[in-house]
Amino acid sequence: MKVSYYPGCSLHGTAKEYDQSVRAVSRALGIELKEVDDWSCCGATSAHSTNFKLSIALPARNLVAAEKDALDVMVPCAACFNRFKTAEHHLKADKQLKGEVEEIIGGKYHGGIAIRNPLDIIFKNIGLDALQERIKKPLKGLKPVSYYGCLLLRPPEICEFDDYENPVIMDKIMGVLGADARLWSYKTDCCGGSLTISRTDIVAKMVSKIMAMAREAGANCVVTACPVCMANLDMRASDNVRLPVFYFTELIALALGLQGPETWFKLHNVDPRPLMKSLALI
Amino acid sequence: MQTFLEQVNEKIDGVPLQRCYHCRKCTAGCPLTFAMEYNINKVIKMIQMGRKNEVLNSSTIWLCASCETCITRCPNEVDIARMMDVLRQMAIETGVGAKEKNILKFHESFLSNIKMFGRINEPTMMVQYKLKSGDLFSDMGMGIDMFLKGKLSLSSPKTKDLKSVKKIFEKTKQA
Repeated sequence: MKVSYYPGCSLHGTAKEYDQSVRAVSRALGIELKEVDDWSCCGATSAHSTNFKLSIALPARNLVAAEKDALDVMVPCAACFNRFKTAEHHLKADKQLKGEVEEIIGGKYHGGIAIRNPLDIIFKNIGLDALQERIKKPLKGLKPVSYYGCLLLRPPEICEFDDYENPVIMDKIMGVLGADARLWSYKTDCCGGSLTISRTDIVAKMVSKIMAMAREAGANCVVTACPVCMANLDMRASDNVRLPVFYFTELIALALGLQGPETWFKLHNVDPRPLMKSLALI
Repeated sequence: MQTFLEQVNEKIDGVPLQRCYHCRKCTAGCPLTFAMEYNINKVIKMIQMGRKNEVLNSSTIWLCASCETCITRCPNEVDIARMMDVLRQMAIETGVGAKEKNILKFHESFLSNIKMFGRINEPTMMVQYKLKSGDLFSDMGMGIDMFLKGKLSLSSPKTKDLKSVKKIFEKTKQA
């Protein structure tokens, strides 16, 4: 299949291992990516917190750019995904707003393409059976908790993603990779990502609680699909509870035997290599 | 003249806040309740009672992390997350400013960085924030570590048609 690809700002910076692992996994699974032409930032929390119209116009500019390719758009960053889906929702529901936004961005929005996260594309379009067939190195001994956070799931009528209180897509993918995904009740709890720079003190408490719960569930690592969660969980947990954190695509790549995982692991703040070596996975 | 409640309802443009029957499910599920000045339920009650200054001057509206757990669980579909956006925007528009000054300064730095490059360039955005907030030294070690790992690049690709992005900022009146 072919999709257009909106990496978003993080994936060109602090989340570059997410970008590289999404591209590697897509290639291996036969998903062709065409990057959206001359994309710009989605505005994230800063836009919607302070200026409603700006928060719709910024993603709308990118949706219009993506529509030119007439392909569904893959958005790996959960924050961008949420802003795209929210903009789509408002543009489809409010004709007057749509007119104003089209004037602001200087382009017509048609709404003909679907906004997709790679988790959902791998689960629905590739399928667990096809993924299973390609596994070269089962992730035996890895006990992740799946952490979905907020932005893929809420609000559910906008995100249209997975069960919003107990999502299972990532857990199922982890199972296929041979990992033992642990059950826990913090998979959709907020990590406080949008406050990570401005109120680090509060965020450190939120993250440490999530990590403590992951440990209590018997996990030896955390897996996520969000660069904001990743940065936050990987950097803000207190020393006594921290665990390695992975992008789900890094783990898929490892299980598929692709090139790259060790290079990506070096980029993490909490070095996952001692754990992976102890399990003979690298 | 509109009451504060009417002003907020108009801007939310959805289920009116009167629909809230104060079951406090929002507050019980809110991950930031522990850090908030007034819990979310109390904010709704204060809006209903017209306590505009106290609400717009509170830290609560800035500490909301927009996780949307409240709206997802509200039995009456009151869009509390949207309400928080509306209150923040009212605090800015009415000149009240932000009780949590650094949170607003972060948002301003973030948006001004988009206006400058079309995309966020993390190192320059952080410099903008640090100059604005005066919080110069926190996360320095982390920043240097990331720089050495090649995660912070000053030359990350920018949006070529920067004019179209700047136009969005002008037309939505974002400084």
